[in-house]
Amino acid sequence: MRHRALKNMSLFAAALVALAACSPGTPDEGSKTLKVAYQKTDSFTALDTMFQSAKEEFEAANQGVTVELQPIHGNDDDYGTKLALALRSPSTAPDVFYEDTFKVRSDVDAGYLLKLDSHLEGWEDWDKYDDAAKAAGRADDGGTYAVPLGTDTRAIWYNKKVLAAAGISEPWQPRSWQDILDAARKIKANDPSAIPFNMYAGKGTGEGTVMQGFYELLYGTGSSLYDEESKKWVVGSAGFKDSLGFLKTLYDEQLAVTPAEALDANVWKKVFGEWFPDGKLGATVEGSYAPSFWQKGGSYEWPGYEQDMGVAPFPTQNGDAPGAVSMSGGWTLAVGAETKEPDLAFKFLSTALNQKNSLAFTVESSQIAVRTDVAADPGYQDANPFVKDVSDLVKVTRYRPATSDYPRISAAVQEATEAVITGSRTPEQAAADYDAAVTDIVGGDKTVRK
Amino acid sequence: MLLSHRARQLVRYLPVLPAVLLLLVFLAGPVLWAFQASLTNAGLTGRSARNPEWVGLENYQRLLTDPVFPLSLGLTVLFVGGSAVLGQNLLGLAIAVLMRRARPAVASLVGTAVVAAWVLPEIVAAFAAYAYFSKDGTLNQLLGALGFGRPEWLYAFPMVAVMLANVWRGTAFSMLVYKAALNDVPTEVTEAAQMDGARGWQRLLFITLPMIRGSIATNLMLITLQTLAVFTLVWVMTAGGPANASTTLPILAYQEAFKFGDIGYGTAVASVLILIGAAFGVVYIRLLKEPRA
Repeated sequence: MRHRALKNMSLFAAALVALAACSPGTPDEGSKTLKVAYQKTDSFTALDTMFQSAKEEFEAANQGVTVELQPIHGNDDDYGTKLALALRSPSTAPDVFYEDTFKVRSDVDAGYLLKLDSHLEGWEDWDKYDDAAKAAGRADDGGTYAVPLGTDTRAIWYNKKVLAAAGISEPWQPRSWQDILDAARKIKANDPSAIPFNMYAGKGTGEGTVMQGFYELLYGTGSSLYDEESKKWVVGSAGFKDSLGFLKTLYDEQLAVTPAEALDANVWKKVFGEWFPDGKLGATVEGSYAPSFWQKGGSYEWPGYEQDMGVAPFPTQNGDAPGAVSMSGGWTLAVGAETKEPDLAFKFLSTALNQKNSLAFTVESSQIAVRTDVAADPGYQDANPFVKDVSDLVKVTRYRPATSDYPRISAAVQEATEAVITGSRTPEQAAADYDAAVTDIVGGDKTVRK
Repeated sequence: MLLSHRARQLVRYLPVLPAVLLLLVFLAGPVLWAFQASLTNAGLTGRSARNPEWVGLENYQRLLTDPVFPLSLGLTVLFVGGSAVLGQNLLGLAIAVLMRRARPAVASLVGTAVVAAWVLPEIVAAFAAYAYFSKDGTLNQLLGALGFGRPEWLYAFPMVAVMLANVWRGTAFSMLVYKAALNDVPTEVTEAAQMDGARGWQRLLFITLPMIRGSIATNLMLITLQTLAVFTLVWVMTAGGPANASTTLPILAYQEAFKFGDIGYGTAVASVLILIGAAFGVVYIRLLKEPRA
């Protein structure tokens, strides 16, 4: 604990230094400066590496232009807040920045992002992006405002040793929720001190709760969060209650972590850094980027993880077609709407995302490639033994509804899961609370009972 | 003659002009901005970020129907009352009184220990408190070694944990104020009371405390306002959780404005906080102004 506090403190100190370095200097006459804002944490440095190399390349090719890198130290939430605040004023807005796909639409609405269509026409690499990925940067008006960096999927990651000890044969592929519970109970019976099957819940893990947990359940019931056709939010669905019920079973039977552990925002660090490597955890739902933590140079290096870990698609509730559920997010690079040098900014963006830089970033952060030439590269395919499995999930994957109401709705879902795992509400009550909250947020005419 | 008199009076105010300007720019400015923003639907992103609309008192109406707001208000009162008015204030006074009787070595040792918590930057103090109260933290290791249970403080008793942390961090201020005040109490008065046969606690209650009434009021005002504004400590330790069980008003304002991107609503919460602070300020100032009996 003390150790972690120290680490946090040093992180904060580093952030202070970095922020101090962000203060605008007086640019020399005649020279041009591009400001680049992105996220950097102690466990996520791949982007920093990419921008460092792009800066070198770009400055060598464009004499007189200085690229000012402004890494923002913080988790996804804090990064988003910091970026949004910087974007509010033209004097602080970065020229190029790292942008979460699910914020693209609302930031376009806010007028923060530059439309890139005319620039993309002249960029030959744009044809190498696959079409599904291109959609991530598209706004409601049909224009493209951001270029995807990579994407991800979610699956069950399991420790083969823990499962084998409980007599579960490998490769493990649960076909329904019941299969998961059966396996988890077996593990519990074999070793009461093990955590058989964890799923994030509660507000502590934020988006992790819904992306690596609740949505895999919800979308496997045939229900959904948002009805794309009518553009309305779904309330009163049986699938929502069933999903909460599944979480209740997991937590009540102590097949997952304790509720107190689940509500700690740092629980994921234990999942990757302690419980999986120590053979304490049977399985959990996590992102395709999981190997980036364990591979050489990752924040929780684990030699031999390739042998010990296995991956399986998350099943639908009763094994109905398509048989698997996954969620995708991903990040993009965008150009600030108020930039004084749109051409240079786009040029930098295209340098940062060229084949060489994209490949290095995709491999280092265990992303799923969005460029076909990266996907075909042996360096990508052999990066870890799980690349093929998690990439195949792109076929069944779903995206979050990226409207500006989404963050509140997501918080309401997280609250519902928290109420259920702490036992303060039954799944039925929590679902009713959620329905009321959604109606309150978007208004009754934007909800649909399904 | 009249003019020059007026001019002279104006000149007399000249030295405070920079201070007044600074206060206007850095204090009144943000307060007014916050109040103005609370009457709009300004957002961090989305359409309302570009063109915020005037919504009148809608945000305040929403406050009245929001179930989290009364909870948050109650928690704020509990936090300020428990950790500042009672905790920091009484503990600070007790330490200051006891230090006058203790040996110099003991007094300076205690003084250093108490002030150490206050010297730490808030973020560092917050992490230290988190490390102390967390599940495998120092407190639970001590309790475990003594054979007691290991409760999850930040989960089961979040308010107790943050209040204790705030007492730990803030007591030094009250202690210093009271130490200075007690030094100003003339020894003749207490000695006279002693001659009249007043016991220790009687001397404290009837002689010393009334004589340092002004310092008590000043101290209460400062620590109340300071504690009302505490954000980092709570945010780092519990982030307002679990399930809003430690969401004080500053946390609520931050969550609404920055997590949910609803700056209008967040500033409405902040405006209420400003009003509460102002109310406390007025009460304490009146307390200060009353002529000494």
